[in-house]
Parts: sequence; C-alpha cells; structure tokens
Amino acid sequence: MKKVFGYPHALSEKRTHYCPGCTHGIIHRLVAEAIDELGVEEKTIGVAPVGCAVLAYEYFNVDFQEAAHGRAPAVATGIKRVHPGAVVFAYQGDGDLASIGAAEIIHAAARGEKIAVIFVNNAVYGMTGGQMAPTTLPGQKTTTSPYGRDTATVGYPIRVCELLATLDGPSYLARVSVHDPQHIIKAGQAIRKAFEMQISGQGFALVEVLSSCPTNWGMTPVNALQWVKDKMIPYYPLGVFRSPEEVTSHDA
Amino acid sequence: MERVMMKGNEALAEGAIRAGCRFFFGYPITPQNEIPEYMARRMPEVNGVFLQAESEVSAINMIYGAGGAGARALTSSSSPGISLKQEGISYIAGAQVPCVVVNVARGGPGLGGLNPSQSDYFQATKGGGHGDYRLIVYAPGTGQEMVDLIGIAFDKAEQYRNPVMILSDAIMGQMMEPVILPEMQEIPADKAWATTGKKGRSKPNVINSLGIIGEDLEKINIELQAKYARIEAEEVRYEADGVDDADLIVVAYGTSSRVVRSAIALLREEGKKVGLFRPITLWPFPKQVLQELANKGKKFLVVEMSAGQLVEDVILAVNDRSKVEFFGKLNGTIPTVREVYEEIASLLRKGGAK
Repeated sequence: MKKVFGYPHALSEKRTHYCPGCTHGIIHRLVAEAIDELGVEEKTIGVAPVGCAVLAYEYFNVDFQEAAHGRAPAVATGIKRVHPGAVVFAYQGDGDLASIGAAEIIHAAARGEKIAVIFVNNAVYGMTGGQMAPTTLPGQKTTTSPYGRDTATVGYPIRVCELLATLDGPSYLARVSVHDPQHIIKAGQAIRKAFEMQISGQGFALVEVLSSCPTNWGMTPVNALQWVKDKMIPYYPLGVFRSPEEVTSHDA
Repeated sequence: MERVMMKGNEALAEGAIRAGCRFFFGYPITPQNEIPEYMARRMPEVNGVFLQAESEVSAINMIYGAGGAGARALTSSSSPGISLKQEGISYIAGAQVPCVVVNVARGGPGLGGLNPSQSDYFQATKGGGHGDYRLIVYAPGTGQEMVDLIGIAFDKAEQYRNPVMILSDAIMGQMMEPVILPEMQEIPADKAWATTGKKGRSKPNVINSLGIIGEDLEKINIELQAKYARIEAEEVRYEADGVDDADLIVVAYGTSSRVVRSAIALLREEGKKVGLFRPITLWPFPKQVLQELANKGKKFLVVEMSAGQLVEDVILAVNDRSKVEFFGKLNGTIPTVREVYEEIASLLRKGGAK
C-alpha cells in the first residue's frame, strides 16, 4: 500500500510547548515538509528567534542557531556567507521581525541575502503575554493597548511584505494564511518555493504567515481562525508581492 | 617571513587574514576604519568575505552566525560601537562561540572624541553585557603585537570556544611600525560542534544560550565558570621589564606603557630603580605575579589614560600588601614622557617608594 501521509522526518518528535489551537505547529510542519520534499535536511541550518518560537531548535531535525531578539537575519547572514551551499532559514515572529529587528530584516532583504525567512504574524507578542505588536490591528485590544490600538497615538500596523516589496533585493515575497486546510496547502507551497530559491541560488525569500493566537486573543481556537479570516486578511491581503519571474524581468 | 612598515590597524587586519580569518563584518567608525577598508580590499584576494553591516548590532550577530558556523570571524569597532555590540557579545559568550572583536578605543563617555583612550577597560574586562561571562582581552603594545596577538586571539577563541577581545586604541591603530608577518594559514570551517548542516551526523548541532529551566541555566554557568578558571590558570601574559631590582614598579598597558617605558629609560639613566610591568592579557589579569612582587616589598604606580580603571585590578591583586599610586590622564589627551617622568620622580622623592 502506498503511504500517503506521515510524520515529516525534518520535524523532531519532541512535544512542543505551543498553546492549544496555536498555528505554530502547522507552520513548523509545513517547513519540515518543504525540507523533506527538497531532500535538504543534511544541509539545512535554521535560526530561531526570541518569541514563541524560541525553542524551534528543539522541534526541527536540523542544525540550528538561537539568535538574540530581532537579530535572526544577521545571524543567518553570517551562517550563509560561511556555508553558501547550505539552505539557511530564519523563523521569526512579528515583534522580533517587524519591531526590534526591523533594521536586520530590511537590510537582509535589501542585500538580497540568499536566505529564507518564515515570518509568523499573529498580531501580538505571544511569549511575553499578549502585548501590542507592530502588526496589532487598529482597535485591537492587547495588554499594552487595553482600550484598543489607538492609531492617533501609537500609529499603524506595518505590512512587511508590502514594505519589503519596495526594495530591489528580494527574490520572493508572499503572504499566506493557515486558517483553513485550503490555505494551509497554499502556505506549504509558498514555504517550499522560499526554500527552492536557495537551491537554485536565487536571493532573499520571505513568507509571511498569518497565524492565530487564541490564548492572547482570548478566543477559542475556532473563533481565532475565523478572526484571522475576517479581520487579519482584509488588513494583510494574501498574495505574492515579488516572484523570481518578476526579478528576472527586472534584470532584463 | 616578511618585514613591512604598516599602520597598526592594517597590521592587525593582515595578521587576522594570515591567521586564517576569512570573514569580516563591520560598520564604519573612527579611528578603526583602516581595518574594514583593508578587509574590503584584501578579502576578495583570499576568497574571503567582507561585508559592511547595517549596524554594529548586525555586525556582531553576523559574527555570531559565522563563528557558530565554524569559521574564523572578526569584527572591529571603536568605543561607542563596542557598546552597541555588547548584547551580541553576551550571547556569543553564553553560546560558547569563538570569535574575535577588536576595540580601537576612543574617548568617552557618550559620543566622546576621536583621541586614544583607555577608558573602556572596565567594559572589556568586567563583562560589558549582561550575565556572568568573561572575554579573553589582549592589549597589544607594539605593531608587532597587533599581528601576533590577533593570531593568538583566534587560536584561543577556538581552543576555549570563547569570544576574545583585542583592546587597542587610536594611537596603536594609527601609528606605523615595522612588523614581521607570519605565513598564511588556511583554517577550514569544519568544527565538530558547528552549524555546518548535519551531514555525517545523526544529531543536529545547536548553538544556543537559552537555559529556561533554572537548573539547566545553573549547569551552563558552572561549565562557563570552570572554563574561565582554566583560562585564568593557563592564559596570563605580561611583560616585566626591570622589576627585579626595582623599588617602584609602574603598571601600564598599550599606549600608556610606551610612554612609561620612555620615562623609565630616563630615570634608569639617572640610576633610579624603576621597572615596568605591562599586562598583555587584561583578562585574565596577572594578579598572581603582582601579588608576588608586592610580597617582595615593591611599590606600585599605575599609569593609564582614564580616571582609574586598571588601578582597581592592581589594588585587588596587591590586596593591601603594598602601596598603589595612580596617575591618570582623562580622555582627550595622552600623558607625555615628561609628565610621567615628573610623577615617578616626585613619588621617589616623597618616599612613595623607598
């Protein structure tokens, strides 16, 4: 009988610390599936963030470095420059990437650094207990915006893909969501494409994954997924913001 | 072995390349710019990587990545930039990644000035970043030591899997002296613990400084402290010049030690018994040797270009066995030979030394 579904080899069998209903687990699986499908487990090096995915190095069956808060793209740059044949990816959350690490991600993208970045956007600081993130939606209540994000005083959320798409450096920028099976399949394809960029020697790839945080949003897992669909996607439209085809035509 | 005339910063840069360093990440700041500029020219010739980072913060984290990936990696900066690197240095120390950081120190605090200074001694030797950690800190006193110590720094960084700092200053970096360059070394980035991709290994390598369980973190710290004890036992370096018959020993490192050496030469011509003690490792500090000299009844004068930082380590080493005097020049100027000569002569007259 043909095996059609199994545990990805690149995912360790360690039980994760993620909250019930959190979509980090799904995103980890998609990353591991991409590594398996491309057969690059032995030459993949990951960089873990500070945030909910801080222990990512325990969940993947590949070499890993744990970075300081926001610095994953710089650490990944150092690794990739030493091992240009390796597949190097950073896994970052929204506070890590779009706030304290804004300089690192913009410049890694501008350099066209040949790394893949998996950017998990759940509109909140999860690990520290639900504070306002750079991607928290206008009006969204968090522990540090208890009356709702007031754009008059704290400004607006950052759309990372659109921001990076103003640069010439990136080769692939996409925003996906994991709120239902159909979108999970598309998210997996985008993550795989981001990893393929490195195998074909192309440049910087980032996949922004809209993710739910039932614990800090104070919702059931099902309602949280609905909130991703109803509230996050209208603010953060899904799609491809830069593709290798476009880069090729750019050069021509 | 070639003998060439080079600026200190460039001698250090070429010394790093000869020692097998093929990865340099840095950010412009005076008075260390000759290092990245030299690396930008030289690295392509040896198939190495020079990358100008977007910030000091990124540069040190690129070093963390490259060092963790098994390569000999270097960054350099000057005082304000070194302050920015402290977060990364703490992570590198915690994760036990080898790398070398050069501080071509200038005056502070704050933006300070471009003049040479020794006021980063505390930052270099007492931590600088958060947590209980140590750097091995070398203080070159000649152009030749710029070359020699950078090679030793890379060897020791790998031997102990620890960040190593070269604490230089604007004069050491800008001054030209003849140096003998060593042969070129090639060092492969294939360390057994490094993040190279796990080909050939059953288990992934993880570079990490997280110990979220209290007992795990304690274990990491016990391991670090044991390593620092080994370094203190094995790696002390110093120069003692004319201390055996001396009544007064002047303690100084780097630029100030050169001024002191000239002043002592004048005093020796007059028959005064004065010696120079020059720590080459600022950490581990040569406290044992200083203690033994104090036990022999020697008196001490510490000369440094700061409000008094090295002097605290000398006082701790001497531990009330002897008198320790201090002559400091505050940031902005350097002591002249005449000033140091007068200071020593006056101490000798006052009987600060018998």
